[in-house]
Amino acid sequence: MRKKSPSKKTELLSGNEAIARGAYEAGVTIASGYPGTPSTEILENLATYEGIDSEWAPNEKVALEVCLGASFAGVRALSTMKHVGLNVAADPLFTSAYTGVQGGLVVITADDPEMHSSQNEQDNRNYAFAAKIPMLEPADAAEAKEFTKTAFALSEKFDTPFLLRTTTRVSHVKGIVPIGKKETPPVKPGIRKIPQKFVMLPVNARKRRIDLEKRMHDLQDFAETFEENKIEWGDKKKGFITSGVSYLYVKEAFPDASVLKLGMVFPFPEKMIRRFARAVKDLYIVEELDPFIELHVKAMGIKCRGKDLIPAYGELNSYIVKQSITKRKGAKLFKPLEIPMRPPNLCPGCPHRGLFHVLTKFNVFISGDIGCYTLAALKPLSAMDTCVCMGASIGVAFGMEKALGKDSLGKIVAVIGDSTFMHSGVTGLMNIVYNGGFSTVIILDNSTTGMTGHQPNPSTGITISGEPGRSVNIEALCRAIGVNHVHTVNPHDLAHTEKILKAEIDRPEPSVVITQYPCVLLPEMKKRQNKPLYSIVSENCTGCRACLKIGCPAIEWVPLSPKEAKEQGFKPKQKGYSRINSVLCDGCAQCVTLCKFSAIVLEEAENE
Amino acid sequence: MSDNGKNILICGVGGQGILLASEITAYALIKAGFDVKKSEVHGMAQRGGSVVAHLKYGDKVYSPIIEPGKADIEVAFEMLESARYLPYLHKKSRVIVNTQKIYPPSVTTGIETYPDDILDRLTEKNISVMPLDAFDIARSLGETRAVNMVLVGALSSFLPVEEKVFKSVINERVRENFRAVNMKAFQKGREIIMTSREETD
Repeated sequence: MRKKSPSKKTELLSGNEAIARGAYEAGVTIASGYPGTPSTEILENLATYEGIDSEWAPNEKVALEVCLGASFAGVRALSTMKHVGLNVAADPLFTSAYTGVQGGLVVITADDPEMHSSQNEQDNRNYAFAAKIPMLEPADAAEAKEFTKTAFALSEKFDTPFLLRTTTRVSHVKGIVPIGKKETPPVKPGIRKIPQKFVMLPVNARKRRIDLEKRMHDLQDFAETFEENKIEWGDKKKGFITSGVSYLYVKEAFPDASVLKLGMVFPFPEKMIRRFARAVKDLYIVEELDPFIELHVKAMGIKCRGKDLIPAYGELNSYIVKQSITKRKGAKLFKPLEIPMRPPNLCPGCPHRGLFHVLTKFNVFISGDIGCYTLAALKPLSAMDTCVCMGASIGVAFGMEKALGKDSLGKIVAVIGDSTFMHSGVTGLMNIVYNGGFSTVIILDNSTTGMTGHQPNPSTGITISGEPGRSVNIEALCRAIGVNHVHTVNPHDLAHTEKILKAEIDRPEPSVVITQYPCVLLPEMKKRQNKPLYSIVSENCTGCRACLKIGCPAIEWVPLSPKEAKEQGFKPKQKGYSRINSVLCDGCAQCVTLCKFSAIVLEEAENE
Repeated sequence: MSDNGKNILICGVGGQGILLASEITAYALIKAGFDVKKSEVHGMAQRGGSVVAHLKYGDKVYSPIIEPGKADIEVAFEMLESARYLPYLHKKSRVIVNTQKIYPPSVTTGIETYPDDILDRLTEKNISVMPLDAFDIARSLGETRAVNMVLVGALSSFLPVEEKVFKSVINERVRENFRAVNMKAFQKGREIIMTSREETD
């Protein structure tokens, strides 16, 4: 048994939970963001604290603007988003560097090296440089909490928003975090009219631009003495400059080496870097993704090694760091076995599956978007032809239509989820109407933001804390934009969905089809009583595989050898038969109509 | 028990309760006085895909990720998954495998077959494999969702943490209506591995 640590209260928290705790302890009262892996749990967690107005915004731009307003009104505000979300919020971000703040303003950017759940792996440290906004980067959950508190204090001290960057291995790593008390922020709420600071007309902005330059110099001086920029002297043959989770990989790979850990990755403590570089023999920069620190160190005229040794893509780990730098072969590893892959899949009973199955019949180009339904791109549905960013499906479909002209009628559709449509699809639809298109937009309304773990959105009308709010009616919204043909269908009803889609895809006018059915993972759907259960009468199954086309995890193919086929009473040539896994079947009945031999039957109502 | 720390890789299929299992184990290790880090992946990975959690404990844990070739214990919640992370294992790794099979999409759609020699392919590398049918055990206890706690029980027998510490964590962390069955599941998993170790060790 180990000795218990002294009395200080600790908890096992993820980086995201720790940021929420840090924001609470810093006296934050307003928080707004948009869900996105790996950032989502920050706001969800913050919503459980008393006295904080934590909200999901329709998108990251709105979220940051809300927080900027809260800051102008003199309260501390936290805005959270994933890396690509900051692209959406970049507009207010850049000018917020000019306006500065009243109450502390901290923006979390959660980057996703290795693209565990993202469409790109952009390095958002570049935003700090481009927007001239200082950035802190914690290495683990304990630092995530402390750095969040520090960022609020510094935000007010230097009159600037602060960026706090995490990566997946900070956001989703749990570690032991000391718990502190809630502080009262020094700023007081109230309306202050300060046009020279808040009204960025060129005449004011030009003055603020000069202030901004001075602020960056002040911050650079501050970086030299900032206690989270620190040198850990060790063996001076090798010296490492690093930050964030990469610091932990360096400590594990080279426990005896000297390390300069940057808690603030922008602006840089140049004197400290020079002092460190002079003292060590070989200088290495270890960072995930871009050579952000490396380029700066090189621009200072300091010789160092970095991306010439360490990959500029994907996640690092202590093994990669060690191998890249020593070039020594490590212990021999077992080679991976060739076994079937297990990619993520649409759930049994997923309403999206019905829509995509119907779409595959039309042989249309499917301009896709970001959400669970992006998984329809995988086999066997293979029903998505583009996926770029939130909301892109509609603009891309329309652009293709414009490029190809009338020939493209009936050949292109856009598919987009309810939350994604609220986020940034609405404007694309306006554009189709305004510029005279005929693209068909299919809105997959499953009453939630599925992929990120079921967050409500403006169309569900439920708030982050589960309270009922007012909801946006998607159908009425589309009509208000000027779409005259709007239909709502149940995607489990394949025949009706097919009939409506056929008419709308061929229509030479803008049209919207809303496929509406709740996600099966929503609590009210999980709690359903007497779910129907389907099974396959194996004597009727001819092994035609039609039911397998929808890729439902509950339908399993059982292969048969000629001998087995004969023994089990099938035709000798039958290669196998399908069966339904009763544990997985959700009773959606999509498969029933696919079987021409009436082999799929309603078995019984399942009593739970 | 003397133990300077180990790396535990917990893998399976999204929805099997891997996060709660690793959470319970992490809390038990913290109560025993260790530093602990636990890494997991959310989002895309959870829709029935392959899921892995890294759990490391010791006097001081830096990197949250286990290096290839450095996982001392692997707990596989599904048989096929036990083989997926082979490059993380070393010759002295202990592998606890739930022999439950969950078919991946390529198998359910008949493109590939589920390999029937998975455990042999591990044992032929001299890796110590301990199979148990956690799903069957959980079902016999009347709660198939307790698979994860059977496996926590099995894992617990390799950790320098007293049984009562695990039980107190289960008491604190599991919802009241599931507590009793989870406690039984833990007990059962622990006993099975203890017995099989006495026979083989």
